Amino acid sequence: MVTDKMVDYPQFLNLMNKEWLVNHKVSEDKKLELRLGPPGEALDDNRNTTHGTKRAFQHTAETRTGEKEWPIDTTKNQCQKISCIEKIGDKVNLPPTPWSSGSTIYSAFSKDTKEEPQHSKASFFQNLPVSKKLAGMAEDFKQPCSPRMAVGEVQFADGKACCSLATADPDASTNITSNKRIEYSPVVGWPPIRSFRKNIASNSLSKPASSNDKDTGGKPENPKTQLFVKINMEGIPIGRKVNLSAYNSYEELSLAIDDLFSGLLAAQRDPSATQNESKAKESAKAEAGPLAGSGEYTLIYEDDEGDRVLVGDVPWNMFVSTAKRLHVLKSSELSTLQICSNEKEKAPFDPAVHI
Amino acid sequence: MAEQMSDDDERQQSPPSDLDFTSNKARTCIVTGSVSGHSEFQSLYPDQVLENVLENVLHFLTSRRDRNSASLVCKSWYRVEALTRSELFIGNCYAVSPARATARFTRVRALHLKGRPRFADFNLMPPDWGAHFNPWVLAFAKACPWLEKVYLKRMSVTDDDLATLAESFLGFKELVLVCCDGFGTSGLAIFVSKCRQLKVLDLIESEVSDDETDWISCFPEGESHLESLIFDCVECPINFEALERLVARSPSLKKLRLNRYVSIGQLYRLMVQAPQLTHLGTGSFSPSEVAGQGDQEPDYVTAFAACKSLVCLSGFREIIPDYLPAIYPICASLTSLNFSYANITAEQLKPIISNCHKLQVFWVLDSICDEGLQAVAATCKELRELRVFPVDAREDSDGPVSEVGFQAISEGCRKLQSILYFCQRMTNAAVIAMSRNCPDLVVFRLCIMGRHRPDHVTGEPMDDGFGAIVMNCKKLTRLAVSGLLTDKAFDYIGRYGKLVRTLSVAFAGDSDMALKYVLEGCPQLQKLEIRDSPFGDAALCSGLHHYYNMRFLWMSSCRLTHQGCQQIARAMPRLVVEVIRSADEEEVYDRVQTLYMYRSLEGPRNDAPKFVTIL
Repeated sequence: MVTDKMVDYPQFLNLMNKEWLVNHKVSEDKKLELRLGPPGEALDDNRNTTHGTKRAFQHTAETRTGEKEWPIDTTKNQCQKISCIEKIGDKVNLPPTPWSSGSTIYSAFSKDTKEEPQHSKASFFQNLPVSKKLAGMAEDFKQPCSPRMAVGEVQFADGKACCSLATADPDASTNITSNKRIEYSPVVGWPPIRSFRKNIASNSLSKPASSNDKDTGGKPENPKTQLFVKINMEGIPIGRKVNLSAYNSYEELSLAIDDLFSGLLAAQRDPSATQNESKAKESAKAEAGPLAGSGEYTLIYEDDEGDRVLVGDVPWNMFVSTAKRLHVLKSSELSTLQICSNEKEKAPFDPAVHI
Repeated sequence: MAEQMSDDDERQQSPPSDLDFTSNKARTCIVTGSVSGHSEFQSLYPDQVLENVLENVLHFLTSRRDRNSASLVCKSWYRVEALTRSELFIGNCYAVSPARATARFTRVRALHLKGRPRFADFNLMPPDWGAHFNPWVLAFAKACPWLEKVYLKRMSVTDDDLATLAESFLGFKELVLVCCDGFGTSGLAIFVSKCRQLKVLDLIESEVSDDETDWISCFPEGESHLESLIFDCVECPINFEALERLVARSPSLKKLRLNRYVSIGQLYRLMVQAPQLTHLGTGSFSPSEVAGQGDQEPDYVTAFAACKSLVCLSGFREIIPDYLPAIYPICASLTSLNFSYANITAEQLKPIISNCHKLQVFWVLDSICDEGLQAVAATCKELRELRVFPVDAREDSDGPVSEVGFQAISEGCRKLQSILYFCQRMTNAAVIAMSRNCPDLVVFRLCIMGRHRPDHVTGEPMDDGFGAIVMNCKKLTRLAVSGLLTDKAFDYIGRYGKLVRTLSVAFAGDSDMALKYVLEGCPQLQKLEIRDSPFGDAALCSGLHHYYNMRFLWMSSCRLTHQGCQQIARAMPRLVVEVIRSADEEEVYDRVQTLYMYRSLEGPRNDAPKFVTIL
């Protein structure tokens, strides 16, 4: 419980309602009933409704004696809280938990409680599994969401909806933790770590064990999620990197490379880059349209033995595991290069390999 | 880490620094009492003397905020201030045009520009959004050829821009690129070869394309003026022999940060050449595969011991912990230690940290666990800045650090001013404890990685913890919140966070009230970045009185609509309101995915890509 420590900081406690704390303690022993519904709906309605993206969570406390406390909040929000609840005709004595009040206030400020179209994430909300323990603790727990609950305490999933779903994880007591975790699909840019700080575990773990070929440019240390290889386009001095493990087929890779370089070519053609007089610009002008479709360019790669091979010769997975560099060359130049198809080159070195 | 300091670390008040509406405020400067009522300044001899005096005096004014205030006194002061401003800071490159900047400030020696908003670092914005350095370098090349220093953050710099820099500014001395992209080793090669007076080349957390150009060899021969060479973010091999020769002929070199392609054996050779270093980034801190063929290992301990001025140590990109004891000799003098790439355990850390009595800045991975943090707290009584990064940056991983280590730090490091802490579990009690133990906190950034995660002991929202921070830490200017938060947390922030300038919010709040509390309560708020929180148009409108005082507002995946943003755009003509879609999305939805708005003297920019709509 947190309250012991909080009592050590009376300065801060003045901000909070001590009585609220006490009641909160008291409430943990009471059985509480959870109901869900958007504000304005009759509480007797036990249907699950997920319309609108905000929900107010209300509960009824079975035993609550003369509780009138609210958090110390003298703004008019407090009055709104009370009036909202009264409007709903709720006889519930809501404990002055901060977030339950928050969820009823918004009607004054947002226009969209009822007319909001169902948010795409609302369906995600419905699909969350409910742990048995949770279901056991709340009698009327209808909606398959996961309010945060600790042992013996009542939690309320808050009313936010657009992104937010009741989360996983009250690690309060040891035995419940893993049950309560609910899997989220990963979200872009969260946690907010820049990409060069990721993959540290794999980099350091692989270092002593294997002999890494750092000079290949790829990152074989982390095959699961990242397999960057350098790719150079003929005529463009600036190379790029592509993540081979992000694609599942040659078509996808080809499109991605197309995107990668067409932007670069377009930038080179841009007349505002007044200082650019490299021949790269000239060759870029010669390029007609998308790389993939025009047939003007060909993709080749260097494998782990240093041989240059035409992309597309081997099954995709084999390509991903052996490709170390990629090159985009003009089709007209191919004849002058030493390119071999995979079958011819591999056989003398390793006749046992079946291609 | 000086390069990571944002202007939030400076404790200064902040009137708008990148805009001046001086035309309304210019008054006649009354000199001898005889020219009141005239708006033109008479060129009389006594006035000339006064202007010269003013110029000489204003030269000493260095703080940009003081200068902005001085420029508002009257037209004469405005003019003289503009002539004497040598360092130009522009916090948002789109707030003012290069033409306007060069027209007003003609004698600028140093240019400091910031571009993209910070959330762009986390892929919340498609690439190629903008913030191009090109128009700036071209304008300054024409108007201010005596420019010597350029500091860019989150801008796109091309190889050609680097060439222009080197060719157009003969005395160019310092280039610092933080979180920039768009250039490669060929651009670097041209730049270093032409910049004969170069003292500082710092590439920090920037993306540098590998064009396989050996740029290290391109430094001109002969004695170099290099004082700082930082390239730890450059992800490609370098020519070590050329680097060794460069270091040998750079007697002024004080700061050297190597990338991970430099092995520890190579590091040794460099350290022997440059014992005068004050800042060292060690590179990989592991042997290359070639080494160790029965060769005797160099005496790393002696090499470190010889660097008597070393105060800042970083690198350790692919650390073999066996080599850590090499740094024992300098631990006692270190003021800054960056282990944020070193996946080491508490046991490996303890012998090091127990000697780092003078440490003020410490960046580390959470692999050291709570136990490691306790060791830090036990020794580093001078600690000012702590950053704890996650080894495994996923939401559902097991976190090795928690409120235990956090509280230990708060109890041991009472002088703490800045903290960035990633964890999976936290409690209000620990945060409250820190608010009490560390009253000097200026920057408080807590990232509980699981979204909406409450206090894991009580199950309550984290409102009270963050509330205590804003209440008790009276110097707080930068705050990043996380965990389960209701509107109440924002009520606290609005009520007590009177000095807060930067606020980062993600997956928090219940309703528009939260945003309203902040916009109405925080008069110093300049940078507000919000993602995935339920704030809508009404909340947005509640900040109309304040948006001109802010550098920017970012809101992504909130509940804004086009009409709402349109209203703001109409109400505030000097605000540029950008609605950003993901790159492949057509503009059909009413809901706004990302809003990025900022004050500007120039109106809508003309380089916006097609996924940006400016209202």
